[in-house]
Amino acid sequence: MTDSYEVREVIDKETLSAVKSVGETYKYGFATDIETEYAPIGLNEDIVRLISKKNEEPSWMLEWRLKAYKRWTKLKQPDWALLKIPKIDFQDQYYYARPANMKERPKSLDEVDPKLLETYSKLGIPLTEQKKLAGVIEENYEEKPQDRKVAVDAVFDSVSVGTTFKEELKAAGVIFCSISEAIQEYPELVKKYLGSVVPISDNFFACLNSAVFSDGSFVYIPEGVKCPMELSTYFRINAENTGQFERTLIVAENNAYVSYLEGCTAPQRDESQLHAAVVELVILDDAEIKYSTVQNWFPGDENGVGGIYNFVTKRADCRGKNAKVMWTQVETGSAITWKYPSCVLKGDNSSGEFYSIAITNNMQQADTGTKMIHLGKNTNSRIVSKGISAGKAQNTYRGLVQIGGRSQNSRNFTQCDSLLIGNKCGAHTVPYIEVNNSSARAEHEATTSKVDEDQLFYCMQRGIGEEDAVALIVNGFCKEVLQALPMEFAMEAQKLVAISLEGSVG
Amino acid sequence: MLKIDNLKVSLEEEEKQIIKGLSLTINSGEVHAIMGPNGSGKSTLSSVLAGKAGYTVDSGKVNFDETDLFETEVEERAALGIFMAFQYPIEIPGVGNMNFLRTALNSQRKTRGQEELNAADFLKLVREIAKDLEISDEMMRRPVNVGASGGEKKRNEILQMCLLEPRFVILDETDSGLDVDAMKLVSKGVNKFSSSSRSFLVITHYQRLLNYIVPDFVHIMVDGKIVKTGDKNLALHVEETGYKDFL
Repeated sequence: MTDSYEVREVIDKETLSAVKSVGETYKYGFATDIETEYAPIGLNEDIVRLISKKNEEPSWMLEWRLKAYKRWTKLKQPDWALLKIPKIDFQDQYYYARPANMKERPKSLDEVDPKLLETYSKLGIPLTEQKKLAGVIEENYEEKPQDRKVAVDAVFDSVSVGTTFKEELKAAGVIFCSISEAIQEYPELVKKYLGSVVPISDNFFACLNSAVFSDGSFVYIPEGVKCPMELSTYFRINAENTGQFERTLIVAENNAYVSYLEGCTAPQRDESQLHAAVVELVILDDAEIKYSTVQNWFPGDENGVGGIYNFVTKRADCRGKNAKVMWTQVETGSAITWKYPSCVLKGDNSSGEFYSIAITNNMQQADTGTKMIHLGKNTNSRIVSKGISAGKAQNTYRGLVQIGGRSQNSRNFTQCDSLLIGNKCGAHTVPYIEVNNSSARAEHEATTSKVDEDQLFYCMQRGIGEEDAVALIVNGFCKEVLQALPMEFAMEAQKLVAISLEGSVG
Repeated sequence: MLKIDNLKVSLEEEEKQIIKGLSLTINSGEVHAIMGPNGSGKSTLSSVLAGKAGYTVDSGKVNFDETDLFETEVEERAALGIFMAFQYPIEIPGVGNMNFLRTALNSQRKTRGQEELNAADFLKLVREIAKDLEISDEMMRRPVNVGASGGEKKRNEILQMCLLEPRFVILDETDSGLDVDAMKLVSKGVNKFSSSSRSFLVITHYQRLLNYIVPDFVHIMVDGKIVKTGDKNLALHVEETGYKDFL
């Protein structure tokens, strides 16, 4: 009883104290006062050329971007999601912003502007190599979980400001650096894999990203290597009226393994900001990638003013046999979330898993889910989605399970649960199931429930305050997904769940 | 300890009065039993004392020591030492029993300005109580009341009581759905817990529970009022003749 209990116990304690300690709802809403260099406002070919030049890219990369840009000008913004999206003027924002003193790439973390380091430490992301990520283990806690190292790549607006543990990783054969650096240092790898999972013209937002992405992370795990530590990227939007377009590419060669975490925050501003990222995962024979996201972009205020518009394309390509991928996401932020991390199960016996918690409060809207595309034989997929709506928020699960004609003996299991808090919010489930092989099996289970008055009363009769009780019940509802997260993130995520539901009762 | 003075309570939604002028004083160390036919207002009384929503207090007052109960939130009442063992204990999926217990205990301690109990002391305490009530480790690992039998749920209520150490306990039809063995076990837990500084309000349909938890006073409640008060023999009388004498 002790072990599992004690781990949870710390998490729980943290949840409760976090709720109490946070004065304002969004605690990452501060802005860093730093001189910022912008590209001219708006988007045209010159801006694309400028971004490429700023990143000192080879010509093939520029060509790639220009091709994407041309294509993008012919595409229309999709409108099929269950979202009310205010008109976005793509010419009225900046596509590139970087701290002025980042003109020269810092050679090591010692050269990074202290103001930037301070920003990250305020966010609980120490850019030093001694500490853990957002350490939440209490001093008086007896059985400390083993201190685990986490390497961090920190992306500030359009540029990567630093990557920790680079040398130690290099010794293991792992490449972990910003994508801009990878384009210069490992052009062959980037050329081979970039756009191979999410092609340039995949969709409107992915296409835009392909034209203007400024930075992001690159991970390469060579054959047979198990990455010796967790890798993570921390995205921060700081500059006003600026979109962030990051690109992440992770390649796991045969028999390789990596667990990767991604976190995001942004200052509290009245204007909405655009975030359109692309993440590509390539998984070869017997390899495995775990990709976890805790998304906490500024959600806008309670009247729906401001907030990030989050349009993200994430896809994993299980190219090899026995390839495995696991997406875990905790989506608590953003005014609008449009995101469907997907798995293409090409390799025989490959498997894809998707665990999601999406919380919307106040005026937030989310349309999120996954796509499981079964192509290989004996492929397996599992979807566990937990949607929580409070305030006047709308929360949609949208998922596609597609089993191809040649995909013999493939299996899918989908479980979709929605929880409503109050009576002004909405939950929607839109599952698409296409099975083209008679040996396949797809199961779908869905539930919708409300935070039960009797459960609240029961907790409160035992002395637990109302907001703590809601946090406890909702965390219980999300448990299956929280357990899928690496422990450092599980604790952060539990706190976030509590914080994002503040003020949703009473 | 608890003083109910001419209490009148209606259902919030129906404007139907359920408790129609009830007075009752319970002193430290006393065990009071309330018996009555279905619909007499017994469960409403326990709900109102614990602070459940859905009721309107039309008039009257309840003091717990010096505190006006109707000026106090549900969780504050709990921290003051009021505990209700539920007739139908609630399931909370995904929330581990241990988690729940520790959160409850430390929330109460915090409200009272006491230090929180550390993990080791807490575990030791819970294990002792669980052992007495024959509650297995496996059950403690489960989510709160999920997949538990009626008897297990009731034992779990008693475990919570022993852990939280309230001064005033309402047992709301704790005997319902229990076989004789389970009732003995639950009663043993209650009797071990009782002391001169603690009081009980036992709400029940049947006399048999009162063979194990022996009351100092037995009240017969009919149509929202206490119509007769006596000692434990009154319960035996009811068992023989039913409530018809009081209707």
